[in-house]
Amino acid sequence: MKEIQITSGRMNPGIDPVLHAWGWEIPLYLFIGGLVAGILFFSALFYLRNEGEKYKAAVKIAPLFAPPLLAIGLFALFLDLSHKLYFWRLYTTIRLESPMSWGAWTLMLVFPLSVLWALPFLRELYPGFLKNCKLANLLTEWAQKFAKPIAWAFIFLSIILGMYTGILLSAFNARPFWNTSILGPLFLVSGFSTGTAFIILLSKDHHERQLFSKIDMGLIATEIFLIIHMFMGFLASTQVHEDAAKLFLGGPYTAIFWTFVFTLGLVVPLIVELMEWRGRKIPIAIPALLVLMGGIILRFIVVDAGQSSRWLYRFMK
Amino acid sequence: MPRYAMAIDTKRCVGCADCVVACQTENNVPLGYCRDWIVQEMTGSFPDLFLEIRSERCNHCEDAPCVRTCPTGASHIAEGGIVLVTHEECIGCKACISSCPYDARYVHPEGYVDKCTFCIHRVREGENPACVSVCPTHAMIFGDLEDENSEISIALRTRKHKALIPEAGTKPHVYYLL
Repeated sequence: MKEIQITSGRMNPGIDPVLHAWGWEIPLYLFIGGLVAGILFFSALFYLRNEGEKYKAAVKIAPLFAPPLLAIGLFALFLDLSHKLYFWRLYTTIRLESPMSWGAWTLMLVFPLSVLWALPFLRELYPGFLKNCKLANLLTEWAQKFAKPIAWAFIFLSIILGMYTGILLSAFNARPFWNTSILGPLFLVSGFSTGTAFIILLSKDHHERQLFSKIDMGLIATEIFLIIHMFMGFLASTQVHEDAAKLFLGGPYTAIFWTFVFTLGLVVPLIVELMEWRGRKIPIAIPALLVLMGGIILRFIVVDAGQSSRWLYRFMK
Repeated sequence: MPRYAMAIDTKRCVGCADCVVACQTENNVPLGYCRDWIVQEMTGSFPDLFLEIRSERCNHCEDAPCVRTCPTGASHIAEGGIVLVTHEECIGCKACISSCPYDARYVHPEGYVDKCTFCIHRVREGENPACVSVCPTHAMIFGDLEDENSEISIALRTRKHKALIPEAGTKPHVYYLL
């Protein structure tokens, strides 16, 4: 028998009985970060391939949503801080060992660049937009002049943005459920998948929807592979990691994860997209919406489950 | 350069929790929070039972993950290896809270993150931390590991000891004498 008790009582608010440092703000931001990373990556990629006219929604329309989405995400992050008045301290230093610091600076780069990137496309759609504003005209000119370097920067930055959200969580070795290097690639692939789903929803062109459907199938298959390997890795790892995996294999998260994220969010969209490729007519919005839903629920569950896993005193429920 | 550490003699600790209360009084810890706590671990099968009582706190790790993940540098290593939080630099992102395998930190109601400081304000005056000073059974030793004649160095040399979950890889500096 082994019985452990905290006899002096420890009930630090937010720490015990289960860690609750992060609420809805962080998963929402992680979802938005992944979505924007996907949008910007595909926009830049197809722009560099000079297929901007062929794939209008991907290259020109989707990036219009990036700045407002990022603004919402950044606001959610701000709301999460418990010492809000000091948030500016984040930008007085860069700490290479802290993924949170990388994230803050990456966003600092991505946000203005995404505004610059979106401006020419906004002008195309609404030629009269801010026509008389000198600054807007100047910025639009710059954006058109430097479009290629910005696109290359986005290829690089969107991969960092998509991946760092997972690396951020996996850097917290004290939370065994997050402590897997697979989380970085998983969030990257999931983010790109939600990006393609978003583009599919926006697109009015059949060829574009087909192409992104195929890309999405590949991404979903990769995601399924990564999730399975993540659990295999946990089960072959230390006791704390096994206990963390058991949260999803018989524990409290089993039903929601395997139903909503895995089946409805990954397997069903994959099958539907496959059927569409084969010629069956199914409204394309269905797999796209399911992928988006699966993406956001994945992040909510991962953030919550990670906080439920710990090294010591796991008896506190 | 001193290297501070603490050793708790599990054979002397009776779990009275004086250290818990002394810390809360000395450091104005808000009501409902604690920077240190008492754990009792019972192993064996009646009548062959073995009880270990420990007073736990922030381990002021040498390879502190809380310092590594802090995006502003508010969480830093000060003199003697003591891990501190600079209140005005803390943004309350709670990365450090998620990084601590010992769950030793908490968010102070004023917004910044707080934890045991090895009573650095007392240590700078040459005194022991509050918890060590009040322990009625003298179960706690605090000192400089660099000084080979300090009480703690002698205790760690002569007694069997352990640290909590060393496999978490943080190199903790709170030891338990067995």
